[in-house]
Amino acid sequence: MNKQKYLDKLSGKLTAGQIDRRQFMMSALATGIAIPAALSLAGKAEAATPKKGGRLRHATAYGSTDDSLDPGTSANGYSQNVIYTRGNHLTEVNNDGELIGELAESFEASKDAKTWVFNLRKGVEFHNGKTMTADDVLATIEFHGNENSTSSAKGNLSGVAKASKDGNNRVIFELTDGNADFPYLVSDYHIMIMASKDGTVDAQSSTNGTGAYMVEKFEPGVKSTYKRNPNYFKEGRAHFDEVEILNVIDAAARQAAIMGGDADFADAIPPKTVSLLSRAPNLEILETTGTQHYILPMRTTVSPFDNYDLRMALKYSVKRQELVDKILLGHGVVGNDVPVSAAMPFLNTELPVHEFNPEKAAMHYKKSGHSGPIPLNAGEAGFGGSLDAAQLMAESAKECGIDIEVIREPNDGYWSNVWNVKGWCTSYWGGRPTQDVMYQAAYTAETNWNETDWRTSDAAVRFNKLVVQARSETNDAKRKDLYWECQRLIQDDGGALIPLWANYIHAHTKAISHDPQVAGNWTNDGNKVSERWWFA
Amino acid sequence: MHPIIRTVLVRLALGLLTLLAVSIILFSAIEFLPGDFAQSALGQLATPETIAAFRKELGLDESAITRYYRWITGVLRGDFGTSFSGRGSVTSIAKSRDVVDLIAPRFWNTLFLASLTAIIAVPLALFLGITSALYRNSFYDRAVNAASLTTISFPEFFVAYILILLFGSLWPIFPTLAKVDETTLLAERLLRCALPAFTLTLVIIAHMMRMTRAAIINLLASPYIQMAVLSGASKSEVILKHALPNAWAPIATVIAFNLAYLVVGVVVVEVVFVYPGIGQLMVDSVASRNIPVVQACALIFAVTYIVLNLIADIIGIVTNPRLLHPK
Repeated sequence: MNKQKYLDKLSGKLTAGQIDRRQFMMSALATGIAIPAALSLAGKAEAATPKKGGRLRHATAYGSTDDSLDPGTSANGYSQNVIYTRGNHLTEVNNDGELIGELAESFEASKDAKTWVFNLRKGVEFHNGKTMTADDVLATIEFHGNENSTSSAKGNLSGVAKASKDGNNRVIFELTDGNADFPYLVSDYHIMIMASKDGTVDAQSSTNGTGAYMVEKFEPGVKSTYKRNPNYFKEGRAHFDEVEILNVIDAAARQAAIMGGDADFADAIPPKTVSLLSRAPNLEILETTGTQHYILPMRTTVSPFDNYDLRMALKYSVKRQELVDKILLGHGVVGNDVPVSAAMPFLNTELPVHEFNPEKAAMHYKKSGHSGPIPLNAGEAGFGGSLDAAQLMAESAKECGIDIEVIREPNDGYWSNVWNVKGWCTSYWGGRPTQDVMYQAAYTAETNWNETDWRTSDAAVRFNKLVVQARSETNDAKRKDLYWECQRLIQDDGGALIPLWANYIHAHTKAISHDPQVAGNWTNDGNKVSERWWFA
Repeated sequence: MHPIIRTVLVRLALGLLTLLAVSIILFSAIEFLPGDFAQSALGQLATPETIAAFRKELGLDESAITRYYRWITGVLRGDFGTSFSGRGSVTSIAKSRDVVDLIAPRFWNTLFLASLTAIIAVPLALFLGITSALYRNSFYDRAVNAASLTTISFPEFFVAYILILLFGSLWPIFPTLAKVDETTLLAERLLRCALPAFTLTLVIIAHMMRMTRAAIINLLASPYIQMAVLSGASKSEVILKHALPNAWAPIATVIAFNLAYLVVGVVVVEVVFVYPGIGQLMVDSVASRNIPVVQACALIFAVTYIVLNLIADIIGIVTNPRLLHPK
């Protein structure tokens, strides 16, 4: 056994209480490490042992006074956090990035992935004492998926032909087409299982849920407070006695709060100040690389972006590393014009690399036959640093003989007046665990959020066929080929210019601790800090 | 009728008229906002039919005049309507929140912060203004002027950050998050509101202090002050007894203006200190086109201005013997 493994094992014994701190020190010293190192190892191992108690104060950058409890219309990072704190879903992306059952104990598909059976956990109770059954799941699905539903998760459930139950603890979904990723779709934050009464759920005003924490107070735009659910079904989770999530929109205020001891955890730390903040002796910085990417979608039906060569010219005219260095200050990586990261299954690693290439850009630009300025409607609402990024892109495009005209757009009304309307703007995405979910959100023909309006070209038609085919394909080798081709089509013909993958940056006091693995599917440890973390 | 009562009544009537005009301007201004609530609430996924149904439910499909009439008569009965947000579904009209319930706690917070600031800032500004008029052109006068002009020249958020740096980080005396709710005790509330109140004090003090100083100095050149000086009144007697009564009118106007600002214009300070006041609510409501809330907030702001100006006018009249006893 090598030394590191032996030490890890010792740490495990110490935290499990099989040996005491003294024994740990003796054994650790015997391996030849120095006393200070052994002490710090013991400290680390003990901090890694979850302890119950305390009140977590989480200062979050998201949320507004218009937020509601309705999971159907929840959209921002704060609403997601509230949902993951008070509720559960059929499935969960755990902190290792794997999909596991949450309220479903297990799930299995028929061979063609057209029928999915979810076996529900028995004995799970809602906060009001009601036992969770298949009826609650069906009512929740009906709430989001019904014909008049205004839920944002309606699209996720559009493939469900019929949902039925078999007894109280089994739900069966029959899909119109096979979907191997269906369990991922029901992990979506909107589809939190709600308590039903006579077949309907009260989504708007009820704070009920099965989650780790019970809502005490919900003040939109100010804060929400929670108490631990004493009957929570998960072992080794929900360590805090109380949780308080504060809406601290201003970045400087968030940093002051965590430095001054008014908060234990703060999210969305700006890259510009993170190095300064890391110098504070009581703080730790936590960065996760995940699914958040910044995109400049070109609408492939709006002139001049309807021209393949013009799109290509622009894709080759961006100095991506410069953007990583100057916009993210190194807290991220360059993108390659596909919405797929290494954290997601089936990333195509053999795609041509889109990097700054003035010759190729100029060649494509010439071929496009376009002349005159190209409008780029950039707004800070799209992603933080949009305007700076747009200016940098205009500069590098100039070197290729392309004239980008940056138009500054206000935040107010950005998502209704600019995004999905103007030919070229700024936008961001995050949190989609698989390619299929990502494509259904923004790339397939039927989604309204198809921000590149890439629907009718030959490549797009082929892409849509492949996505459907890949969805019901259960052979991984074949799926890989299909998804690799999908990515090639998007990167080549599509309108997505994705220059950046941005890290989620958090700061927390050394008083709180977490598992070695932190989820990257959303910010805030998959928005489950309340459930997963503890006071050391 | 006593001239004061008559003036007050006339002003009140004018105030109501102004309010009516404001309500019309307000309503039409909101009509011109691009985009509507049904769309922003239901999001991109909503079909045209759901949007139409939602608009109908909210009454957005009726003519502007009908809606204005309904709104203004509701307001007269004290009913500001129900918030558009918090009801993302067509079936949930009964569950949306009353605008009054939404605004009341936040408005109370705003008034608390404004009063706290006023209690600190107004006496301080008057004291500094009077003393700097008394010791005009002295080193003290110059120092006070320079300091207050410096603080007013910086944007509010900058003053706030500096105070956070000094009293939140370097010498952690005050909390930097002004999170208060209805259960917060007065002592803690005062402590939590200290930094926002100091920030606002620094921002508004210069205006009031300089107006006090200027109004008094202006009067010092008048013949009746010369008369008082010649008759042997001391310097402070001249200022407090003879100059100040005539200076109240302009001073009161400026104070009223600044107090109104404390109620309607402190959204930046609210954001920096995370104070749950009414400014943030209004900004968020504008962004999401939550029209009933915007209208109610704007109307409250208008009332604040009108009432405070009315009070300033009355103070101006009461303290001025010539206006009090017109010939």
